[in-house]
Amino acid sequence: MKIAVCVKHVPTGQLRFDGSQERLDRSGPGEINPGDTNAVEAALGVRDTHGGEVVVVSMGTPQTVESLRTALAMGVDRAVLVTDPRAAGSDLVATSKILAKALERENADLIVFGQQASDGLGGAVWSAVAERLRLPFVSQVIRLSITGGGVSATRQTEIGDDEVEAPLPVVVSVSDAMNDPRYPSLKGKMAAKKKPLDTLSLADLAIAADDAGPAGSRTVVVAVGPSPGRADATRVEDEGIAAKAIVDFMIERGFA
Amino acid sequence: MKALVFLEHDGTTSQPSALGLLGKAAAQAPGDVAAVVVGPGPLDALVAEAGRHGAATVHVAQHDALVWPLPHQLIDIVEDVVCSGGYDTVMFSTSVLATDVAAGLSARLDAGLNWDLVDIATEDGRLIGSRPALGDSVMVKVGWTSAVRIALFRAGSFEVEALSSGQPRVEHVDATRLGSQSVRVVDRTVRETTRSSMEDAEVIVAGGLGLGGPENFALVEQLAALLGGAVGATRAVVYKGWYPPSTQIGQTGKTVRPQLYVALGISGAVQHKVGMKNSKNVVAVNLDPSAPIFDVSDLAVIGDLHTIVAEVIELLKARKAT
Repeated sequence: MKIAVCVKHVPTGQLRFDGSQERLDRSGPGEINPGDTNAVEAALGVRDTHGGEVVVVSMGTPQTVESLRTALAMGVDRAVLVTDPRAAGSDLVATSKILAKALERENADLIVFGQQASDGLGGAVWSAVAERLRLPFVSQVIRLSITGGGVSATRQTEIGDDEVEAPLPVVVSVSDAMNDPRYPSLKGKMAAKKKPLDTLSLADLAIAADDAGPAGSRTVVVAVGPSPGRADATRVEDEGIAAKAIVDFMIERGFA
Repeated sequence: MKALVFLEHDGTTSQPSALGLLGKAAAQAPGDVAAVVVGPGPLDALVAEAGRHGAATVHVAQHDALVWPLPHQLIDIVEDVVCSGGYDTVMFSTSVLATDVAAGLSARLDAGLNWDLVDIATEDGRLIGSRPALGDSVMVKVGWTSAVRIALFRAGSFEVEALSSGQPRVEHVDATRLGSQSVRVVDRTVRETTRSSMEDAEVIVAGGLGLGGPENFALVEQLAALLGGAVGATRAVVYKGWYPPSTQIGQTGKTVRPQLYVALGISGAVQHKVGMKNSKNVVAVNLDPSAPIFDVSDLAVIGDLHTIVAEVIELLKARKAT
C-alpha cells in the first residue's frame, strides 16, 4: 500500500502581507498546517495496519522543509518538496496542476489531505487535485478503513454522517476531528534527519512556466483595503470592569 | 454577467444562504440569473422558490442517484449547464458539498475560483469580489482572468428576500449518465435537526471548551434565558458530549447570523468562525488574549468567564428587577 500525504507549510503568529501587499509574507517562522498533521496521522495508521510506505508531498518555499521534517519525525518514510520561485503566487488552478504532477510520479493507492489550511488560503485543493488526477475523492472523513480494493469512510457534513465506499486509488481529505496526531518523539526527530527528502523544480515536473505562479493562475488580487467590519472593536483586559463593560455593550446595542 | 447559482436543498427548501446569493446575483444582472437544482424527487417547489428569489431560469437535474449527491455528480451536472447555457459566472454558498464542487469545477474548466467572498460588484466593467483576510482585518478585492468565473461565498453573506412572484423558465438537464459512480454513499445518518430556535434566534449564547465542564453550560443557559436567546456549542464540546449535536455551530454544524452572538470560552477555530462570522454584534470572553475569536469580536473580554459571566447575570437580573 503506497500512501501520499499532502501538507502545507503555513506562517505562525500574526499573518501579514509581504512587500507586494497582495501575498502572505512567508519569510517568517512557520509550521506544518495543524489540520495536515491529522492527515499524516491517518496515513501512518493505514500503513501501520496494512504495511507499505508513506510519502509526504508539499509545494512551497524552501522553508517548507521544516514542515516536511515534522512529518518525517512523526513517522513518514520519505518527503518530496516542489519548490520554485516561479511557483510563488499560484492560485487554486495552478497549485492543483503542480500538486497533481508531483503526485502522478508517486502513483499512490491512497492520497490524503488535511482540512482547510490555517493561513486561510485553502479552498478545497483536494477536490481540484482529484479532478486533475481523474481519481474519486471523499472529503471531511472522520473514519477510514481499507477494505479489499477500496476504502470505507465516514464523511461528515452539515446534514449528518455519510457512509461512503470508493475504490482505490482514491483521494481523501480528513477532518481534524478524525484523530489525535502523535507528537514527534526525540528518536523520531533524529531518524527524520536520515530520511530521503527530494526537492523538485517545475522543470523536473515538466510544468511550463505559464502554468505556474501568476501566469498559471486564473484569479488576481485587485486591491487590499481596510476591513469595514469590527474595526471599532473594544478590548477589555481588566476583569474588575469586564462584567459591566459587557452589560453596557448590551444596553447600548439594545439587547438588555 | 450571465450567472448560475447552485442551490443546495433539503428536498423541501433551499439553503437560506444560497437563496440570499441568488437574490444578490439577480440584483446585479436582472433577468439573466439562473439556478441549478438537483435531486431525486419532485423539485417543483424548489423551482418555484428559486423563481421567487430571483432566478429567471432554473436548470433541473432529476435522477434517483441524486438522493445523496456526491461532488463528482454535481461537477458533471454543473459543467454541462455552464457549457450548454453559456454562463460566465458560477456562484456557490459555502458548504462541505458546495466547496468540493466549486474546486473540482475550477480544475475541470481551468476557471479561477475566489472563495470566502462576502460581496460582489461590477467596478469599471469588471466583476470584483470582496474577501476579508488576515483575520478579517483587511478586505481584499479580487478578480478573475478566466472565461468562466467561480465564486464561493461565505454562508449568510446576504439577506434572503423574496423578489418576484414570476414562474421561472425550467430547463431539464440530462442526468442519465449519473447511474454508475465509483464513489457511493451506502448509508446516511441524519443529525438530529430540530430546526432549533437557534437559526432564527436574535441572540445566541454559545459555549466552548473554556467552560471547563458540561456543568458550566448552566451559566450559558442562564445568560441565554436572560437575553431571550438560544444556546449554541462548538464542535469540540459536542464531541465531548457536553451539549447536544443539534446546537453545534460551525463548518459541520449550523451557520447562524444573529443580532448578538456571545462566545464564552470559545477559542475561535476557523471551523467555528465560518458558522458565526456574520453575526451582527459579537461579544467574546476568553482567558487567552490571542484567541482567534477576538478577531471577529466587537467586544473582546480577556479574563475568567466563570466569574465574569456570573457577574453579568447578576447585573442583568438587577436591571430587570428595576
